[in-house]
Amino acid sequence: MNYFIIGFYALLIGGSSLAAYYQKRTAFILLFSLTLVSFVMGIVGGEAMLWTVTIGAGLIAFSAGVSYSFREFLVVILPPNGAKAMRTAPLTAGFGLFVIFTYAIAGIFAPIIAPFGEAEVISSAFAPADENMLLGADQLGRDMFSRIIYGARNTVGLALLATILAFVMGATAGLYAATKGGKLDQLLGRIVDVIMSIPSLIFSLLLLSIFGTNTVTLIIVIAIIYAPRVFRLARSVGGNVVVMDYIEAAKLRGEGTWYLIRKEILPNSTAPLIAEFGLEFCFVFLLVAGLSFLGLGIQPPTADWGSMVRENATLISFGEITPLIPAGAIALLTVAVNFVVDWMLYRSSGLKE
Amino acid sequence: MSQDKSVLLNIKNLIIEGYSDEKWVGIVHGVDLTLHRGEVMGLIGESGAGKSTIGLAAMGFTKDGCRIGEGSSIEFDGMELTTTPESDLQSLRGARIAYVAQSAAASFNPAHKLIDQHTEAPIQYRIKKRLESQEDAMELYERLRLPNPKEIGFRYPHQVSGGQLQRAMTAMAMACRPDLIIFDEPTTALDVTTQIEVLSAIRDIVDQFDTAALYITHDLAVVAQMADVIKVLLKGNEVEEADTRTMLENPQDDYTKSLWAVRDFKRDQKPRPSDDTALVTVKNVDASYGDTPVLHDVSFDIYRGMTVAVVGESGSGKSTVARCITGLLPPTKGEILFQGEALPPDYRDRTKDQLRQAQMIYQMADTALNPKVKICDIIGRPAQFYSGLHGPALKNRVDELLDLIELDPSKYYNRYPPELSGGQKQRIGIARSLAAEPTFIICDEVTSALDQLVAEGILRLLDKLQNELDLSYMFITHDLATVRSIADEVVVMQYGKVVEQGPKDEMFTPPHHEYTDLLLSSVPEMDPDWLTTLLDERGTDSTD
Repeated sequence: MNYFIIGFYALLIGGSSLAAYYQKRTAFILLFSLTLVSFVMGIVGGEAMLWTVTIGAGLIAFSAGVSYSFREFLVVILPPNGAKAMRTAPLTAGFGLFVIFTYAIAGIFAPIIAPFGEAEVISSAFAPADENMLLGADQLGRDMFSRIIYGARNTVGLALLATILAFVMGATAGLYAATKGGKLDQLLGRIVDVIMSIPSLIFSLLLLSIFGTNTVTLIIVIAIIYAPRVFRLARSVGGNVVVMDYIEAAKLRGEGTWYLIRKEILPNSTAPLIAEFGLEFCFVFLLVAGLSFLGLGIQPPTADWGSMVRENATLISFGEITPLIPAGAIALLTVAVNFVVDWMLYRSSGLKE
Repeated sequence: MSQDKSVLLNIKNLIIEGYSDEKWVGIVHGVDLTLHRGEVMGLIGESGAGKSTIGLAAMGFTKDGCRIGEGSSIEFDGMELTTTPESDLQSLRGARIAYVAQSAAASFNPAHKLIDQHTEAPIQYRIKKRLESQEDAMELYERLRLPNPKEIGFRYPHQVSGGQLQRAMTAMAMACRPDLIIFDEPTTALDVTTQIEVLSAIRDIVDQFDTAALYITHDLAVVAQMADVIKVLLKGNEVEEADTRTMLENPQDDYTKSLWAVRDFKRDQKPRPSDDTALVTVKNVDASYGDTPVLHDVSFDIYRGMTVAVVGESGSGKSTVARCITGLLPPTKGEILFQGEALPPDYRDRTKDQLRQAQMIYQMADTALNPKVKICDIIGRPAQFYSGLHGPALKNRVDELLDLIELDPSKYYNRYPPELSGGQKQRIGIARSLAAEPTFIICDEVTSALDQLVAEGILRLLDKLQNELDLSYMFITHDLATVRSIADEVVVMQYGKVVEQGPKDEMFTPPHHEYTDLLLSSVPEMDPDWLTTLLDERGTDSTD
């Protein structure tokens, strides 16, 4: 028994007693179950295990604190309408927004934040971390940290562009098909079926092998692969809107199709489309990373998280976790985007009222 | 009266609050209610009066985002519902308190047969075995005078008509022989001829089983037939309560008197302008949806400055006529003339000016106004589109139109439709059609989704606008009270054919066509004995 263990249990038991006394039900259940779990873990894993539990709990508490303060920050700086939406947002949404915000800052100000250039060789291959290099060097002696910062710009930027393009194409075609109906709807629908019937990774490999790999083709190919999903969503959402009386009123007024789509249908379809945007962004992101891992994505020496995982994969055999850091960056962004999307879905489902 | 019977439901100081804009707002402010066994109480009031909320609270239930406030007491047969745990309330609902909703079509599960839904509650509460319960269902169907009571239960909800569905739902509420049934506007969605069948069926079965009932409606004439006692509500407060006859003969409160007076609005019939050609002529029109013919040789004229009411029950083809006139459904035969000239059958082939001349106001203002567009843009768009107005001129025009429909421009200019009440939305719908400066407006059941007071306001507004702007209306409705107040000429339709047409006064004085007679006699009157007398006259076997 040392002071750490005694302090650890004293804190947990004291905390749960306090929670019970003040009738904070959820807090009590949380603290007390943590106490029980710690008993078991302490017996099995000893002090080291308890340290892990402490660090884990601390991390969660820390991110909750950050999300909370970020959410309050947004409430203060946003205009009344946005502030109201933020105040009712769950903590997870705050966390998601915070992560996205951080990534955006990292991506936009990459050259200022990163201590070295993304292609700059400054050390020997696989050099360990020192005061110069926060995360050590990669397989060519480039600074890992700088490359991760630049990767935020390249990988996320590319995924974002591709998703936006996919949405512009898919949503326009989908809403157009919903408004027009008939043969055009059938034709577009069948084209989409054909694209969707080919596995996306294989299809993109095929297209990229034909047209060559550069950033522009990459964006277009990915957009073509993901547009059909957006098309189907936009068509079904639009299909529910076009039967409303106000669409009939606009048609009888003599409005053109483009006006109908832009002014009458689109504003009533944005909520599900935005939610879908978040999800698709994650898929596109993973596809870009996957393509990079296969060597068909963003080409070296441009920093990109997917290829960084592949290039440094050998380090794993030496017990280093460095290659997992870019992978972790991808995972964190995916989780964050999904948190925000969940919140938006909740808001658009009408439960908020 | 049932003063001697024991008290079944005793609500004291009922407060219900709803959560909106991050605070709790009162919906019902301390209403007391006492209901004896076997008694039927009518709750009336306009929308937002809290009638349905009180009805649900009688089951110890509140909608999501609502709660029962401090100090309220709901006592059902000696049980305090506000403190009863949810699980006990669950076993009470369906078994001892049943609920009949406004829209039976939306309340039945379309994937299960009627009888399976009927027997669900008795089986779950172990009151009856499946077979027993099925036999009971058939008996109830027979009592409610449903056709083929032995077989109808084995149909799916979409295979029976609206009126039959509403009766099947009443039968379902009766399945466990509850002590109390809450009827929430059970006939509002039905047309007059069907309404009578449902009303008499409900009244008989409530009598037979001596069930107590809360009957919620905004239709006074209906409540007069059904209730022993009437309670009038306004904005979550009680206005007054009295037994039906006293209430009808001698209402005390001003608000109640205004409700009673609603049906007094009547406009004198205008004669046809003699030497003019008709503004709109529907000439020998046939139309069909796919292969199903819906209109057969429909012809009538609408003259400038006049109101022509097209009446008939649902399915009679009255809305289809409107679709033919607007060009949404090109007729298979015949033509539509506007000021003596034939209009292209499809709206896509019509000129901007032809489209501008004929505007439409819809039944459901909720779906007729784009919820994501501001009021100023909804009204401004036709003005901009047809007259090319923009900038300050457009704003002036919108202000002018808002003034015309009696809404304050400074208050409503930048609002969105969901922030408005039903009557206000309908007014915006009217303003949108006026913005096009039309000569002819089709009003498709514009008042049937509104409360009587609000509906009367809309009718008066339409009448005022007609006088000021020399408009012609085609008024589609199933409500003959509306026809009586606003129409100049009446066209009666049945099964897609015009049965009878002529000036209003002529139509409302006998002799009538058989069908017109049925429609006219089916309009509920304020007399509490009206239903009984009518059913006696028609004979008991007149249903279906």
